[in-house]
Amino acid sequence: MPEDTESRRRWMGILARASHGAIQARLGAAPALPPHTRLRGPETGLVMVRGRAGGDGAAFNLSEMTVTRCAVTLHGGNVGHAYVAGRDRQQAELAAALDGALQDATLRPALMATVIEPLAAAEAEAVAREARKAAATRVQFFTMANMR
Amino acid sequence: MAYVAVKGGERAIGNAHAWLAETRRGDTTLAELEVPQIVQQLSLAVDRVMAEGSCYDRDLAALAIKQSKGDLIEAAFLLRAYRTTLPRFGYSTPLDTAAMRIRRRVSATYKDLPGGQVLGPTFDYTHRLLDFALAAAGEPPAPAPEAPAGDTESPRVTELLSREGLMRREDDATAEPADLTRQPLAFPAARPTRLQNLARGDEGFLLGLGYSTQRGYGNSHPFVGEIRHGTVTICLTPPELGFEIEIGEIAVTECQMVNQFHGSRSEPPQFTRGYGLVLGHGERKAMSMALVDRALQAGDLGEDRTAPAQDEEFVLLHSDNVEATGFVEHLKLPHYVDFQSELEVVRRMRATATLQPEQATP
Repeated sequence: MPEDTESRRRWMGILARASHGAIQARLGAAPALPPHTRLRGPETGLVMVRGRAGGDGAAFNLSEMTVTRCAVTLHGGNVGHAYVAGRDRQQAELAAALDGALQDATLRPALMATVIEPLAAAEAEAVAREARKAAATRVQFFTMANMR
Repeated sequence: MAYVAVKGGERAIGNAHAWLAETRRGDTTLAELEVPQIVQQLSLAVDRVMAEGSCYDRDLAALAIKQSKGDLIEAAFLLRAYRTTLPRFGYSTPLDTAAMRIRRRVSATYKDLPGGQVLGPTFDYTHRLLDFALAAAGEPPAPAPEAPAGDTESPRVTELLSREGLMRREDDATAEPADLTRQPLAFPAARPTRLQNLARGDEGFLLGLGYSTQRGYGNSHPFVGEIRHGTVTICLTPPELGFEIEIGEIAVTECQMVNQFHGSRSEPPQFTRGYGLVLGHGERKAMSMALVDRALQAGDLGEDRTAPAQDEEFVLLHSDNVEATGFVEHLKLPHYVDFQSELEVVRRMRATATLQPEQATP
């Protein structure tokens, strides 16, 4: 996968997991986003989530989930896409606009620094906090041999 | 079966629904329950409604619980009805539960296993005494303790056994699984179809069936190889992009049940597995699903099928509480004409029965 696609996958994932409020809060420090026109949506639909029998066997359909998608075209030509879990249309449209803007090499460094990286850091901290809480409930077995 | 349109109930129905709305709200001097409160403070009810409604959306499930006055089967029904109004965007990449961000992970088969035993937020080891402190609103509890996490990997317990050759490998089928939301159930049902049915099945029904396998209805010697609960990433490849993207995360609970298998003509004695995977935090359901999944493999493994839990038509046709409630509850709808005809028949039969002895008298 080309490096550009890999970084695009990363920011799309970060925007999908951030709330509209959290993204919006980062935009104050960011360069203004180019105006955009909606190509499709934002619209809410379903994605069928699949699991695997035994965790690693044949795929099966587990359950649907709500997903909102949006596609926009930016003045300048880039097309931005977003697929985000849940039903927040504002989040999907903003994520699509940002995806479009982030494809612009002149805007990307500033948007990465002011929006994407701070969101990634906040997410990493929340993940780490949960991991620390889980670690505090890890059983530390001791045996009679150790007690002597 | 025939239903006859009966007119004249509109006003009564309207008034009944108005009363329902009033009783739903209850005492208006008390604060109204808000949907985010249900999401946060009744999270296991939300999980159950999402699982049985077969739609992951915490806010919608909480709204359904509020609307149904806490009737969780009614709430699952509301969620199922809502999902029919939405378009389908596609199918996710199958979840990688080995990469789950673990909140809880316990094994009853190995004490010391890579990743360890992580208890997480559990009711286990509580004394089941009512806590009257919760009846009085007070200060929120102190934040849970934290400990250094490190980079602990938690490989699947079943993988440890598989590496030794002691666990039957899952069939690596690449066929497109059937989708019960698109195609009706057909028999014999393939394992992916059974798992989809069980994942959205009623927790109580599966619990009872799972319990029956432990009590001797179906030969089963299960161990909890592993239960894990946590967050998994959902990936999708939209055709317009042509590459896979992460669209968010969901919470799931997975149970790997390890069962003895005495072997058959074609396979050596080894362990087999029953598998449970449900939305949210639902250990009882995941364990029940794993027990029933294993029981339903009896036919594939050449075991005798003698118990209800091993009968796939019995299990799969009765597990869905939305279907079941529809057919059970339809009995309260007007059957006036049906019953009128039954009444006629019974009267005629009685008349004939009382006549016959007199005719027989010489």
